[in-house]
Amino acid sequence: MAQTVVSLRGVSKRYTRGRQTIEVLHNLDLDIDKGDFLALMGPSGSGKTTLLNLIGGLDRPSAGELRVGDARLDQMSSAQLTRWRAQHVGFVFQFYNLLPVLSAERNVELPLLLTPLSAAERMKRVRIALQIVGLADRGKHKPAELSGGQAQRVAIARAIVADPTLLVCDEPTGDLDRKTADEVLGLLQLLNREHGKTIVMVTHDPKAAEFATHTLHLDKGRLVEQAAHA
Amino acid sequence: MNTLRQIIAVTAVNLRAIPSRLGSSMVIVIGIAGVVGVLVALLSMAAGFKATLAGTGTHERAIVLRGGSTDELGSVITREQAAIITDTPGIARDADGTPQAIAEFYLLTDVAKPGADTPSNVVVRGTRVDVGRVRPEFRIVAGRMFTPGVREVVVGRAVAAQFETLRIGNTVDVRDGPWTIVGVFETGGDVHESELWVDAGALETASRRTAYNSVTVRLESAAAFATFKDALTTDPRMVVSAQREPDYYASRSEQLHLLIRILGYTVAVIMGIGAVFGALNVMYAAVATRAVEIATLRALGFGGLPVVVSVMIESLLLALAGGLVGAVVAYVFFNGYTVNTLNFQTFSQVAFAFRVTPELIRQGLAWALTMGLIGGLFPAIRAARLPIVEALRTG
Ligand SMILES: Nc1ncnc2c1ncn2[C@@H]1O[C@H](COP(=O)(O)OP(=O)(O)OP(=O)(O)O)[C@@H](O)[C@H]1O
Ligand SMILES: [Mg+2]
Repeated sequence: MAQTVVSLRGVSKRYTRGRQTIEVLHNLDLDIDKGDFLALMGPSGSGKTTLLNLIGGLDRPSAGELRVGDARLDQMSSAQLTRWRAQHVGFVFQFYNLLPVLSAERNVELPLLLTPLSAAERMKRVRIALQIVGLADRGKHKPAELSGGQAQRVAIARAIVADPTLLVCDEPTGDLDRKTADEVLGLLQLLNREHGKTIVMVTHDPKAAEFATHTLHLDKGRLVEQAAHA
Repeated sequence: MNTLRQIIAVTAVNLRAIPSRLGSSMVIVIGIAGVVGVLVALLSMAAGFKATLAGTGTHERAIVLRGGSTDELGSVITREQAAIITDTPGIARDADGTPQAIAEFYLLTDVAKPGADTPSNVVVRGTRVDVGRVRPEFRIVAGRMFTPGVREVVVGRAVAAQFETLRIGNTVDVRDGPWTIVGVFETGGDVHESELWVDAGALETASRRTAYNSVTVRLESAAAFATFKDALTTDPRMVVSAQREPDYYASRSEQLHLLIRILGYTVAVIMGIGAVFGALNVMYAAVATRAVEIATLRALGFGGLPVVVSVMIESLLLALAGGLVGAVVAYVFFNGYTVNTLNFQTFSQVAFAFRVTPELIRQGLAWALTMGLIGGLFPAIRAARLPIVEALRTG
């Protein structure tokens, strides 16, 4: 029996701007099992990023129950969420969000600075993470010296280096060409299959969704379809 | 420990980005350097002025004025009083028993200053040819001492340097026509070096004065001052006051010292407000350009406090750099720089050198850090409060 990692019950998200309140996510129920690779699709503005931010603990729901692992994210303070993120989530962004002044190694090391690991242990893990993404030889390079695909792989190394419960990716291939995108998606698939990582990925690209084990469609803040691939 | 590690990491990222925003960072450095430079320069002027006056005299000497007079100019000591004062217990005596005391005239004269519309007031001291018995630091450094009874002048080294006309061989109007300058003297860099010294007898005749302005005495020891003062102030024949020389000169410097300091602080506060706004602008801009970076770090699990502290550290370091630049500039350009100023209590010229002391540099740096603190605090708070989700969207 599969173990549920993410569980949403009646989750809504509202934004208030001035006097206007808009509900972006309506009363969502959703379970993601350990080892799932979920692709979240849907038109622009449908609330994909908003949902992903809730699951990643960057934002809190306006209503409903949100569990990730043992944690009730809807009940946490923002300081608690910050600490929780450090231990349980790895983020991959569309534009990589590497710090330009730091080398690839130092970028990957960042999440480990939030752990009690020694410098030597940190470097060991950084090397392993860079090896997994196939960039063991690029550790000393600055982000500006890397191609888009390489930069995104460094970002993926950063997301997995602290061994989080969950990988959260918002259009990770949105800025890459087909071939590079397929390489990055292949890497995510490998992390899912070989390393058992649970991944939630937002994408516009149906081809990208094919790499996932499940696909979910959002439309105007509601889940409309759930299909399992092979 | 974890927080400290975060602070170090985030600060390192911030500081490494400074070269890419060098121009705007220099706004902080230069703005604060300007404030600190002006502040230190003005305070060094006050300090130099005070040091010059406070450096006049020794604890083993006392000056006697009429009771209630705050300075020599407003004081009158009659011949009879001078004779009694000279005989008071506590005064040191020569081997032959002569008391080491000197009654002096003190008045002002105009000396034309090249390039200035109005002449300057310079102090004339009517003293005696054996003034060295009471002021052993007195030394003729050029020419010779005046001759008793003759209309001759020796000029202090500082005043000689300030007025081209006060050269040996020239004349100066002291009272009742021209007097010949015959020598230049020094007294160890104190306020007397801004004075013209003449023979008391010659001045008495020329000015038709009958009363002295002050009596200066050398005490048997610094401790003998109490004896001397008690004996004088309990004497029913006269009302006079006795002060140790350093106390007297320090009190005379207070008003101008205070004025320059108030001026210094006022200018520094006004400029400081400008510099703080500059720093605020730069740091707000720095936080804005780094919004995505900060949001990314926060998403990875970095806390708000390390972000606040790192922005503060950056602002404080830039401010400190500015403070050091300002202090060094003030030191290089002003330390030892000699000027003339009016002593507002006597309206006479006093020459003194700016003194950039370690204390002033500490004070300047404290100002710099305060400005950096204010300039960094609000941007730092904004950085920590940055809405992560929205900042990531703009990335
Ligand atoms: N802070 C906010 N305040 C108000 N409205 C917001 C805010 N953030 C998002 N929204 C709105 O919520 C809706 C969903 O936004 P979201 O970014 O989740 O969409 P998305 O599916 O990720 O779109 P895209 O494919 O373009 O990235 C949009 O209409 C957006 O304008
Ligand atoms: Mg989105």
